[in-house]
Amino acid sequence: MLNVLDSAVPVACWSCSVAHNDSTLFCPHCSKIQPAAAGDYFRVFGLERGFQIDLAALEREFHGLSRKVHPDRFARSSETERELSLADTALLNDAYRTLKDPLHRTEYLLKLEGAQIGEEFAGKDSLEARKGQKDPSRVPADLLEEVFELNMQLEEMRMARKMGEEDPQLQADLQQAQKKFEGLLAAVDKDLRAQWQVWDAGDTSVRQAAQKTMVDLIDRRRYLSNLLRDVTETLGA
Amino acid sequence: MAESNLTGRVVGIDLGTTNSLVAYMQGDAPMVIPGVDGSNLVPSVVALDPVSAEGGRPTVTVGNTARKALIETPERVIYSVKRLMGRGLDEIQSELRLFPFRLADDIEAGEVPRIRLGELKFTPPEISAYILRQLKRNAERFFGAPVTQAVITVPAYFNDAQRQATKDAGRMAGLEVLRLVNEPTAAALAYGLDRAKVGTIAVYDLGGGTFDISILKLRDGIFEVQSTNGDTHLGGDDIDNLLLAIALDEIHAEHGVDLRGHPGAVQALRKAAIDAKISLSSDDVARFDIELPNGDRYQREIPRAVFEVLIEPVLERTAGPCKQALADAGITPEQIDEVVLVGGSTRIPAVRQLVDDLFHLTARGKKPHIDLNPDEVVALGAAVQADILAGASKTTEEMLLLDVTPLSLGIEALGGAVARIIQRNSTIPASATEHFTTGVDGQTNVAIHVVQGERELAADCRSLARFDLRGIPPMSAGLPRIEVKFLIDADGILKVTAREQRSGQAAKIEVKPTYGLTDEQVESMILDSFDHAEEDFAKRLLIEARNEADTILAAVDRAPQSPAWAQLTSVEQVAISAASSRLEAIKAGEDAKAIRDATLALDQATRRFAELMMDAAVSSAITGKTMGAADEDLGEAVTAPHPMAAAEFK
Repeated sequence: MLNVLDSAVPVACWSCSVAHNDSTLFCPHCSKIQPAAAGDYFRVFGLERGFQIDLAALEREFHGLSRKVHPDRFARSSETERELSLADTALLNDAYRTLKDPLHRTEYLLKLEGAQIGEEFAGKDSLEARKGQKDPSRVPADLLEEVFELNMQLEEMRMARKMGEEDPQLQADLQQAQKKFEGLLAAVDKDLRAQWQVWDAGDTSVRQAAQKTMVDLIDRRRYLSNLLRDVTETLGA
Repeated sequence: MAESNLTGRVVGIDLGTTNSLVAYMQGDAPMVIPGVDGSNLVPSVVALDPVSAEGGRPTVTVGNTARKALIETPERVIYSVKRLMGRGLDEIQSELRLFPFRLADDIEAGEVPRIRLGELKFTPPEISAYILRQLKRNAERFFGAPVTQAVITVPAYFNDAQRQATKDAGRMAGLEVLRLVNEPTAAALAYGLDRAKVGTIAVYDLGGGTFDISILKLRDGIFEVQSTNGDTHLGGDDIDNLLLAIALDEIHAEHGVDLRGHPGAVQALRKAAIDAKISLSSDDVARFDIELPNGDRYQREIPRAVFEVLIEPVLERTAGPCKQALADAGITPEQIDEVVLVGGSTRIPAVRQLVDDLFHLTARGKKPHIDLNPDEVVALGAAVQADILAGASKTTEEMLLLDVTPLSLGIEALGGAVARIIQRNSTIPASATEHFTTGVDGQTNVAIHVVQGERELAADCRSLARFDLRGIPPMSAGLPRIEVKFLIDADGILKVTAREQRSGQAAKIEVKPTYGLTDEQVESMILDSFDHAEEDFAKRLLIEARNEADTILAAVDRAPQSPAWAQLTSVEQVAISAASSRLEAIKAGEDAKAIRDATLALDQATRRFAELMMDAAVSSAITGKTMGAADEDLGEAVTAPHPMAAAEFK
């Protein structure tokens, strides 16, 4: 069931006009479906903001809420009810999709807390993309040398492929590099999880510091995973 | 339609490339509704009768009747129209090379293509509507009551336009489409009724013209699709075309006859190719033996081993989507607990071997599920979903299907790149909100190009629609803040709304679908007038009841010539005569139900006579007649469902 948070405000039911709490999905008086309350994805599940989530509980809650609000339950209801069910379920699905994925959840909560996260896509013609854009190709300082060498190897590999040549040594080197960068990525994830704990348990000043660290980690992670994708593609081609 | 019907049956329809079916939930089990001819499968073939009816428009026939016209008047028949649903002229060129679709010659750019059928022209949704109307009638005949609401299945990999075209077809046929359900998901529902409550299953669906793979997680009645992939132009048809091309080439080379210019002969050859394909699922070798128009014979043996090498490239095309679906679901083949096979093409042993290899089944001591007829399982699942939507059913009240969108949704950004706003495999309904602004002072409209697909450039994706946001209050460039909400509904169809936030004005959106019919066009194509729906229905029931009465009366007329007649007692003979005269009398009246009851009474009275005739046929088989001849005496031999009738050559 949806928990009632302190921020809940009374609203009138669209159908019977009786007032009820805005985080109630069904009017306690006439049982008709209600529009979802404004708020973030955590509120959809009655959760406090936090980076650590019990995924099994989240799934149970997602399934339970789906059973109640899904359009399949309103196929023969009035147009208003069908539209509310569609909107409520879209929000529920969007929220679940975002919260169940560790990376999406982290980015989402960081943004909610006012952090600026570099957009994956540079050319997007929208306000959101224009502000706070970072250059996604910026190499983390400590990796400059290794990335330079890896890029050389990737280029060589592509050339060799084009000429139809096999270079077992190069292949082995690349696989070596792949392993190394996978290790770096795993380290970033470990650091992120540590920061989750710090943020979830900390006060405002601790959270500020953790947020800053996480934004940097996310940037580093994005860089590493793009690089790894290149390596995997080149090796697999 | 502001309010939906609260009562009445909801049927489930599988609108297939080769065959279509309608099913419903009978108690706690789904069941396919047979047509007048007793067959569960209605071939997805539509023909225009050569004789004009009184209404001025020639009569349209559907199914087995239409299929018979395929060899005699191929220019008045269309099949596999599903391949054209929701597609633009530029997209169907490859189909035109392989299928005898005859396009109208006055199609303008951006229009929905129309197909010539005799002297008339139809859009693909109209052709599909005729098939749906036939299924609707079969169901109404079965229930003796009007049917106005349906669930229709579509390939999981169908895009927005293909889904919309299917919905349009339903509306034209007089059906309110309560939900479009993905075919593999429907199959999972059919299997899930009495299966393990928890587990991960893969549905491999290779039909006549489409391929889908879906991976689902089952948990306490919730069917949650994890990922889906596929190819909307890959199926049994492609295998038929391979065999057909070989036969045509060999006939040309060996006998100097080019049949490609003879649509009737090509159809006959296609039937032979399909028969060969089907027989190779059980036999080691198939034979072509065909008399050519010049009197020569084209004789050819196709060993299964040769066939398997031939079709390998087609089958191999299903492997990529399977691997992608596994990757997207984030699982390995070992984590798949069960595999369900759907679609007639999964009867091919090589297909089963491929599936076994892909999911490591034999290695893990598992077998794919084939217990439900692969031709019927999708329709059965559609009936389950129809029951869920109708509500108030104990059997399905705990079941809920959570499906996904098969393709990513994106908008074209500066430079022609795609900005993805809803990722593929997102659970639907799904939404995304984007903000747009102006680039020039005083600009009052913004154009948004929405595309579907996984490629990086908009030009490589499928154009879905162009939205023109109008009525933006004139402001300095970059100041307006237009919020656009993209929402994919439970049918997998996109809806868009927009609002200018700074002024609070709702921006007016003009939507121009890249492919598809406008609302007005669909309205004008509705097959039957609904003004007299009730009256029409009563009339139709009466006509059908009379036809059935005529069939049994004709059989009773011939009865005294049968040796079995003499074995009846005089009491039995009199009872039959009495029931027969009574039906004759009632048939002249207007009461369809009374005619049906009288028909049933005559059927009862002739039951022992029918049994005696059967016994005679069986005993003649035992006393030396061949089984084949006995089968003929008994009527239809029992065979596996067959998408095409046996080849006939003249």
